[in-house]
Amino acid sequence: MNKTVCDADDAIRDLSDGASILMGGFGLCGIPENLIKALVRKGARDLTVISNNAGVSDYGIGLLLKARQVRKMVATYVGENDLFEQQFLSGELDVELVPQGTFAERIRAAGAGIPAFFTPTGFGTSVAEGKETREWNGRWCVLETAITADFAFVKAHRGDALGNLVYRRTTRNFNPMMATAGRVTIAEVEHLVPPGDIDPDVVHTPGIFVQRIFQGRDYEKRIEQRTTRPARGC
Amino acid sequence: MKSVSSKERLVLRAAAELRDGFYVNLGIGMPTQVANHVPAGMEVFFQSENGMLGVGPFPIEGEEDPDLINAGKQTVSETPGCSYFSSADSFGMIRGGHVDLSILGGMEVDEEGNLANWMVPGRMVKGMGGAMDLVAGARRVVIMMTHATKEGEPKILRRCQLPLTGVRVVHRVITDRAVVDVTSSGLVLREIAPGTTLEEIVAATGARLTPDPQGVRTMLED
Repeated sequence: MNKTVCDADDAIRDLSDGASILMGGFGLCGIPENLIKALVRKGARDLTVISNNAGVSDYGIGLLLKARQVRKMVATYVGENDLFEQQFLSGELDVELVPQGTFAERIRAAGAGIPAFFTPTGFGTSVAEGKETREWNGRWCVLETAITADFAFVKAHRGDALGNLVYRRTTRNFNPMMATAGRVTIAEVEHLVPPGDIDPDVVHTPGIFVQRIFQGRDYEKRIEQRTTRPARGC
Repeated sequence: MKSVSSKERLVLRAAAELRDGFYVNLGIGMPTQVANHVPAGMEVFFQSENGMLGVGPFPIEGEEDPDLINAGKQTVSETPGCSYFSSADSFGMIRGGHVDLSILGGMEVDEEGNLANWMVPGRMVKGMGGAMDLVAGARRVVIMMTHATKEGEPKILRRCQLPLTGVRVVHRVITDRAVVDVTSSGLVLREIAPGTTLEEIVAATGARLTPDPQGVRTMLED
């Protein structure tokens, strides 16, 4: 079995207007840079993008907002992107804000075949409005539903033609559960290695969840907040 | 004791909440600074909700790794024995009650321990991030904030006015001027800043405060 496609453009050949897409990453860390750029080139519109953040004005998902390709954004925190604010306030963009743990679990649930679940998060807040609530073991909970999408775009450090993936450091974030929840999951990797090269004990995402994979290129890996401490003297 | 600014006092007092062996999640902004004041000889593990346990200090200049950030999107470093995991596992730790302490910023806290810290209607909504999960799931929730707004309005209130982050979730509020506990019989004033009077704190607070029957202590004085 070989799930390898040529590049990002080839990987999204059948993506059309109105598609819903899960996109991995936390801030700009672990985002599918190549797939986002290919989506800008393709120009597909009226997209629903489901991602923790909305990138920054000139990078990541910000590029899709700039090109006015996004109709709806499902996210947990969007404070880093001014463009987002403008489009939201002008009504161009629909927004659903979700608590981060609920966001992760709704996606995990979708991939695991769980249609809905109860969580204490958000009970008594605007997040619970219009949702079923119920007391479990003395604690009030909110019924939340699974989030799936037409596509999932994930970014991994290493991967093979079978779709096995390994993430590096905090780039893992939402990528593993998104990989399980897309009807078509596309993985871009920094290093495409021959099957067998990845120690089976360290595979984070087993290949069954991935439909297409390609070697990404020209990774920029922009840092949002470069914080350092001075080197210690002798 | 050398004189400290009110912000420093707030951070130092929040750091006094740390206990040996604790797993701690620090909110973005001022709470992050608590990590710089772990008492000597104490072992504390910082959890960052983007998927890391054992978050280390900012990296030495030149050693920044774009693949290694905290929840504030700042570059950080590893500590020996640290681990990485997915966001689902991360919030499993949080929601599942495995995190001992969550220290978060706040806009309003009220007599029932309700918290508002994520949204001001009419202004841009940035999102709640992980705050709602943290207050719902951490074993202990400590809010650190200035005692009053920039305009001098109280932030500890009878009832929160802003949209809530969580209901009956706050255990303790630490401000630059006082330490207040949420108890079943209302808010109890435990400590006040040096040079502050009980009357001043009561006047700057928009809720009923009961002075600690054991005596109100001076902040950071032992």
